[in-house]
Amino acid sequence: MALLQISEPGEAPDPHEQRLAIGIDLGTTNSLVATVRHSIPECLPGDACGILLPSVVRYKKDATPVVGSSALAAQAMDPRNTIASVKRLMGRSLADADAGMRARYDLVDTGGMVRINTVAGPRSPVEVSSEILKTLRERAEGSLGGDLVGAVITVPAYFDDAQRQATKDAARLAGLNVLRLLNEPTAAAIAYGLDEGAEGIYAVYDLGGGTFDFSVLRLSRGVFEVMATSGDSALGGDDFDETLADWLNAKAGAGVDLDCSKSRALLVEARRVKEALTDAAEVIARVPVAADGVKGVRVTASAFRDMTHELVERSLGPVRKALRDAGLKVEEIQAVVLVGGATRMPHVRDAVARHFGRKPFTDIDPDKVVAIGAAIQANVLAGNRRPGEDWLLLDVIPLSLGLEMMGGLTEKVIPRNSTIPVAKAQDFTTFKDGQTAMMIHVVQGERELVQDCRSLARLELRGIPPMPAGGARIRVTFQVDADGLLSVSAREQTTGVEANVVVKPSYGLSDDEITSMLQAGFEHASADMQARALREHQVDAERLIEATGQALAEDADMLSAEELASIEGCIAQLHRLAQGTDHLAIKAGTDELSAKTADFAAKRMDKAIRLALTGSRVDKLSI
Amino acid sequence: MQEYFSLFGLPEHFGIDVSQLEAAYRTVQAQVHPDRFANRPETERRVAMQWATLANEAFRTLKSPVARASYLLERRGIEQDVERNTSMSQAFLLQQMEWREAVEEAADDAHELKRLEQELERDNRVMLDDLGRALDEEQDLSQASELVRRLMFMDKLRQEINEALARLEN
Repeated sequence: MALLQISEPGEAPDPHEQRLAIGIDLGTTNSLVATVRHSIPECLPGDACGILLPSVVRYKKDATPVVGSSALAAQAMDPRNTIASVKRLMGRSLADADAGMRARYDLVDTGGMVRINTVAGPRSPVEVSSEILKTLRERAEGSLGGDLVGAVITVPAYFDDAQRQATKDAARLAGLNVLRLLNEPTAAAIAYGLDEGAEGIYAVYDLGGGTFDFSVLRLSRGVFEVMATSGDSALGGDDFDETLADWLNAKAGAGVDLDCSKSRALLVEARRVKEALTDAAEVIARVPVAADGVKGVRVTASAFRDMTHELVERSLGPVRKALRDAGLKVEEIQAVVLVGGATRMPHVRDAVARHFGRKPFTDIDPDKVVAIGAAIQANVLAGNRRPGEDWLLLDVIPLSLGLEMMGGLTEKVIPRNSTIPVAKAQDFTTFKDGQTAMMIHVVQGERELVQDCRSLARLELRGIPPMPAGGARIRVTFQVDADGLLSVSAREQTTGVEANVVVKPSYGLSDDEITSMLQAGFEHASADMQARALREHQVDAERLIEATGQALAEDADMLSAEELASIEGCIAQLHRLAQGTDHLAIKAGTDELSAKTADFAAKRMDKAIRLALTGSRVDKLSI
Repeated sequence: MQEYFSLFGLPEHFGIDVSQLEAAYRTVQAQVHPDRFANRPETERRVAMQWATLANEAFRTLKSPVARASYLLERRGIEQDVERNTSMSQAFLLQQMEWREAVEEAADDAHELKRLEQELERDNRVMLDDLGRALDEEQDLSQASELVRRLMFMDKLRQEINEALARLEN
């Protein structure tokens, strides 16, 4: 029994005990999965179709959904049930959905996150995304031949809290342990930075299928520090397709509205033409018309450039904003990296080159670079850090977090571009005698008025001890973790009573909804899911036993004899349970050991960190 | 709660070596960042997040001269309650009004805004020197406190200029 394995946290115990971890680029148009094998990051291919998995899910009646290229091929045939670009709907309401998405799908208003009506019933964007993630998970498991420790999943840097949470929920539904949500431009910077051993200030211009991100990073002695990020979560290659499709329709069909299937075929053709124009000066588009048949329309590169000029210009606003936030001039940027399939368009490249006065980097395939960066980080987070592999990532929150104050004004609590994790405490008081509850509305955005910001959640604080008006002092702490996700806790200061915070996400799924979606999955493949749950809980139990054993070997003297005996008893019991097949009992045993060792673990961490900090200072003094 | 200067092994002074602060911050984050504990049990991950949050807050505070001075004053029992404590010298209040008017008048003139920005920058540097003397040499806390309030006002004004420039750019 490898109970007393001693190794530093975050260091690989043994080369052949490489923990399997993956990086996933969950894109608007295509998704990829990558991993690090024998120290080399690589994208994993699917059955027949290469490494890109089209982010398209086709729902069928009473059957498992189809994901990827066969779904993509069915788009024009079954447009209503074939969902593409679902990323645009993550954490979004019906009112937020753009005209294109609304025209293409039967969207349902739920007040919160939109649902899509399909032949298999209404589906949330989270469920659709989880089908894509599931396919990638299976691809990775098949190719790596083992259980995954976890995954790093990339999100646009400019995603707000609801969009990030939706992504994390989708991963959970897909049976993935999320090691970290990683910002796409940061992932690209990791892939480039570690490859080139670069130092200095870099900009990443990331124009994907549906989102635009721009980040400025400082790379110095192994630290990737994001200085500022900005973007537009509704600007991407899709918009170029739509602009071209409208133009083609106006040319060929005199602007007559097409039926659903033809209009999807038109969009598919527009994308083909856009891609062909990367290398060709002109392309003949075969445009479906209202009457049967197609009509040929000549599109020149310069006409395409002119009609989409405004979209390219739109991307430069966030570029200027991020530079201003970082306090930098264009000349101070050492290099610009292009990421995302949409940066293949020559006029996008030209615009970036013109703005920065230098030719952008495109050495790593812009389709792969994000997945590769994610895989590199996943590998390190899973504990496969090689000796000497000593880099650190410091990322930021993209949008300010604020609270609704009197008169519908926003008060900023955490400003944008704050390095995460970050927390802010804010004190509130009661305004009525004996008041035991209060509401707090959390928003995200930069504007003065609440109505112009994005509503994140309404928090209800309950269980405030009754006191005269103004007597209670409730300290509410807003914590943004390393995934960029917000959590809230509240405590009444004079009595120390912890208030109960009930979060009602404005555009997210509640815990109950997620649970019922998970259960729906169980019904479909019950045995499979049970087996998975058992395996997952066994792995968790083994890891906790291992970590606790290691802790006892080092610091058992921090515990009293009774505490030690109790923990050891708990380990022995969990060990027995983990040999069995009762996954609920294993989970309960793990929770028990975890609770019993919580104080011990926290004390040990504090000690280790204090020791390390003094140690490093002593080192410095002795130089 | 861990004190910020000692977290980074720095003496509790207004005058600090910024590159030493940056290096210490990186050393601390390399130890405590949640990425170092992603494969560890939940309790350790939570403690790591708390330490990393503290390190970020401490770094943010000590990096900015105004926030650093406020923090030092707070440690010496003087809360910078900007909302209530607005006492400033008559001369500075007058100058404040002049600046404000100048910024408003220059709202459409990028060149003039940039000139004002430079002027503020110059005054800012002088005030920071005074602040350093008041805190580290003369121990004149009430003088330091007023300087902090002035500098906070200047920061706000510079932010307004920045926003005006941003509007002109777009």
